[in-house]
Amino acid sequence: MSTVLDANELVLNMGPQHPSTHGVLRVILKLDGERVTGLDCVIGYLHRGVEKIGENRTYAMFAPYVDRMDYVSAVSNGLGYCLTVEKLLGVVAPPRAQITRVILTELNRIASHLLWLGTHALDVGAITPLFYCMREREEALKIFENYCGARLTTHAFRIGGLQYQLQEGFEEQVRAFCEMFPAKIDEYERLLTGNRIWRDRLEGVGILTVEDCKELGVTGPLLRAAGLAWDLRKAIPYSGYERYEFDVPTGSRGDTLDRYTVRMEEMRQSVRIMKQAVANIPSGPIMAKVPKVIKPPAGECYVSIEAPKGELGYFIVSDGTLNPYRVRVRPPGFLNLQALERMAKGALVADVVAIIGTIDFVMGEVDR
Amino acid sequence: MEESLEVRILASVAEIRPELERLKALGYDFLVDLTAVDYPTRELRFELVYLVHRFADESRIRVKAATGDRAPSVTAIHAGANWLEREVFDMFGIAFDGHPNLKRILLPEDWEGHPLRKDYGIVQMDNAWVQANLGIESGQ
Repeated sequence: MSTVLDANELVLNMGPQHPSTHGVLRVILKLDGERVTGLDCVIGYLHRGVEKIGENRTYAMFAPYVDRMDYVSAVSNGLGYCLTVEKLLGVVAPPRAQITRVILTELNRIASHLLWLGTHALDVGAITPLFYCMREREEALKIFENYCGARLTTHAFRIGGLQYQLQEGFEEQVRAFCEMFPAKIDEYERLLTGNRIWRDRLEGVGILTVEDCKELGVTGPLLRAAGLAWDLRKAIPYSGYERYEFDVPTGSRGDTLDRYTVRMEEMRQSVRIMKQAVANIPSGPIMAKVPKVIKPPAGECYVSIEAPKGELGYFIVSDGTLNPYRVRVRPPGFLNLQALERMAKGALVADVVAIIGTIDFVMGEVDR
Repeated sequence: MEESLEVRILASVAEIRPELERLKALGYDFLVDLTAVDYPTRELRFELVYLVHRFADESRIRVKAATGDRAPSVTAIHAGANWLEREVFDMFGIAFDGHPNLKRILLPEDWEGHPLRKDYGIVQMDNAWVQANLGIESGQ
């Protein structure tokens, strides 16, 4: 199709202050009419130099900082960091601490996915799911609040285990959540899954194949929706995940609708894991023997976990002193966002909004 | 401390591309991470660290090579290295030869200095940039 206007490529700036860019992402779109012919992401507006800060704090002092990266899944950030330092120290958290960690991280996965679902639906024009999602997310945040006093940047774990004993009624609260929540997922699905507008906006949009994902370093629900059943909780288990029964949901087309289906199923699987975990919380200590002053021997290690958004890894180099010599964070959002260009090429401007929503990144983590 | 992964230390940065290509042919086709570490006292002060993954048996290999301020880009082997190399360039000032779009990614493009170098202080900043662009005396 050619018109007299074809020669004029339109450059449209989207963000950083744009409600659908989820924070401060700036996208420069090159358009031919409504079609995206290319785009350029401008990031860094939320850069705080987390890795540099890490080199100037002791191991324990740096732990609360990691919560501020992906602030909607602070528990996962903390777990990854604690596991890495524990590996450097050669300690393993006791069973009671490990099970508590699993419960809280899975609860955090649900909280993170709920925020994704609510805002993603809002972006493509469905307002109601946001209120429903916030309602249930509140219940999850209450459990965090009861456990450690904080709702968002929880700093729930310590290097070597946990700081706080489980409060009275913790198990009942988790069980009540597990009982209540699956019916709520059905409720969201009744609103969305069969909804024609929802399907029209999502189906066939932003396709990413397994090959694309491998090439670009994309992990998490995006990779699974493309069809590869790869989940670090199964592939390289940590915190005793090998003891739980759960499925890794996958998609087949790798489009936005598949990613929606995969994340919905992941929430169900998280409930399944939490139910198994809460049924047998062992008694015993909650902290391993960790010296008061944490000074790992010289060396380096990389530990990664399956965060709600994909592979979250920490690469820490120790030189045997009080501070880490180098802390590298491998943020899933940074690499997943890189795939935006490939997903959005040839799509409509309105689809870009849907694709940004489906990647589910948090700029605090992308920019660090 | 023990890690159950293989570490390969290359003799020079010129070997990075052939090594990653060899590994890719062996199934290590997923570049998990690419970063650098600064050792200012060494003759070649930077160490580049690559981590590749093979899905068939979930094994990982870490490849390391010492370099000065230049290194070959691996974007032709792993497209995902694009942003990772830009970040290393931004934070350490290592230029990657053959990179399609080598410019800063997290800091402003006209910023002076590379913050993750060990000689860059924790409160140090590009004061001229801050004054010119933010209209304040100092960010501190």
